[in-house]
Amino acid sequence: MIQTRALTYRYASGPHLMFPDVDVAQGAVLLLTGPSGCGKSTWLALAAGLATPASGEMTVAEQRLGALNNIAADAWRARTIGFLPQKLHLSAALNVQQNLALAQWACGQPEDPVRIGAALTALGVQDLARRKPSQLSGGQAQRVALARAVLMQPRVILADEPTASLDDASAAAAVGLLLETARRDGATLVIATHDARVAALIPRGNNGQSGFQPLNLLPNQL
Amino acid sequence: MKTLTLAWRYLWSRPLGAALNLLLLSLGLASIAFLVLVGHQLNKAFERDLAGIDLVVGAKGSPMQLILSGVFHIDVPPGNIPLQAVKALEKHPMVASIIPISLGDNYQGFRIVGTSHAYPAHYQATLAQGSLWNAPMQVVLGATAARQLGLALGSSFVGSHGLGAGGHAHGENPYVVTGLLAPSGSVLDRLILTDTASVWKVHEDYTAVDADDRAVMEDERELTLALVRYKTPMAAVSLPRYVNTSTEMQAAAPALEITRLLSMLGIGTDVLRAFAGVLLLTAGLSVFIALWSAVRERRADLALLRMLGAPPGKIAVLLLTEALWLGVLASVLGVALGQGMAALIGWMLSLDNSLLIGGLVWPPGLGVVPALALGVSLAAAALPALGAYRVRVFELLQSR
Repeated sequence: MIQTRALTYRYASGPHLMFPDVDVAQGAVLLLTGPSGCGKSTWLALAAGLATPASGEMTVAEQRLGALNNIAADAWRARTIGFLPQKLHLSAALNVQQNLALAQWACGQPEDPVRIGAALTALGVQDLARRKPSQLSGGQAQRVALARAVLMQPRVILADEPTASLDDASAAAAVGLLLETARRDGATLVIATHDARVAALIPRGNNGQSGFQPLNLLPNQL
Repeated sequence: MKTLTLAWRYLWSRPLGAALNLLLLSLGLASIAFLVLVGHQLNKAFERDLAGIDLVVGAKGSPMQLILSGVFHIDVPPGNIPLQAVKALEKHPMVASIIPISLGDNYQGFRIVGTSHAYPAHYQATLAQGSLWNAPMQVVLGATAARQLGLALGSSFVGSHGLGAGGHAHGENPYVVTGLLAPSGSVLDRLILTDTASVWKVHEDYTAVDADDRAVMEDERELTLALVRYKTPMAAVSLPRYVNTSTEMQAAAPALEITRLLSMLGIGTDVLRAFAGVLLLTAGLSVFIALWSAVRERRADLALLRMLGAPPGKIAVLLLTEALWLGVLASVLGVALGQGMAALIGWMLSLDNSLLIGGLVWPPGLGVVPALALGVSLAAAALPALGAYRVRVFELLQSR
């Protein structure tokens, strides 16, 4: 599902990053770890087709990203990638249902209340559809943001620091929710975090059957 | 969700700022709309009332006053002229026709104009009811005058001396209504027309002390002014000079005087236009600042939209649509306010039975209002939209 080979990224002014090669199977979980500045966010941007590698190759969902122009990358990302940012960025001007409809607007699709209702129901927040983000608890807001990320049934879910500033119980709930959602939709899950607790929250099956794959990035690889 | 809906929701997510911007933009546009409406109606009124009148001849004094009083009936005339002098002028080879105008009385503020049948014929007025006068002391009412005075065919009334309300009543000489004019959109609508002889009769009956005195007055009868039509365009060169130098009368060319009046009004119009321009510029800056701040505040939200798959152009269009909404709303409000202001001015002028100006007029020039509104909003949104276009998803990934 995700494959990188000799992937590097060069900032306009800053470090030149080189990422280890990875091969992630469909439905697997990739845990990107490492300290701040090691390139986790950059890796996510590369995987979403929002940044261009300096060299090397990255293939996501059978798509070699270097082959896409900007317009094609937008369309590809809309149907392939679900993104859960650390700061949830639920629009305060819109209610929960409208925040989800935003994902459909971004993809150029008409608002589909049935699909939105199903996504909210799957995450147990169907009763909050008419609420504004300011009326949600932290956990509820995260569920809504996740519902927005998976609304278009992406094949890859990218989660950026999903447990930052959460207590242990909330962090466990957040990771559990991500795993459950990815499993339900058959999506590949990439979690970028510097939170050491996350690795322990991902269950391992016998002989690594869960598909869990840690990737520890080191700062300033080159 | 459509871009229009989304932009609308984003716009009103900051209700106070949006309302203030809307108000500012609407006030500037309302001033422009008001200028367009009043300018259009004044021009139309001038064109309509002046059509076919080449020269106005009256007592010496201010030529503009002569035009305003004799053609538009919004000022007092400078004096009277002898009937004999007008009759002599009528025989001048360069004069095609003359319409006599005698002013002096009013009924409840509506001027009683002594004239001939040529006057309503000149404005192609038609009768809604009754007939034109056939004898002195019979009157025909203009449509507005009839409506506001509530007079019907056969009604009688007594005129008052002077051109405004408050003069003494000529109680011994009542007028009888014989006809009502259909609305013509001309100055006739707010006049009471009668035979010139009516005006003479009322004043001779009032002032003559005996038969000898009346005989003298009949010999010295006067008119207030005369509306002259040239027989040949060449008359424009020589006839006014002839009247001004060879008679005791004054000739005023309406075209010249109205051009002078419009240039005097133009200074006020220019000031108002400049004021509206400053308002619009301020509104444009305010919209720019609001949208610029919105882009800065929503940088990460906009980046998230990019992450969700929205192309940069779509995000820029979202910002432009937000500004477009402001422009559309401000256009509607600005035109409504402008129409309201014109209606208010029209109402105030109608209290004096003065010029016919009002709201709910839709001249093509009013199209400048939405054009300006959209122009200002879109220009104000251009840079913020470019900012939105260039928003980078790294902003989102780094906003922690």
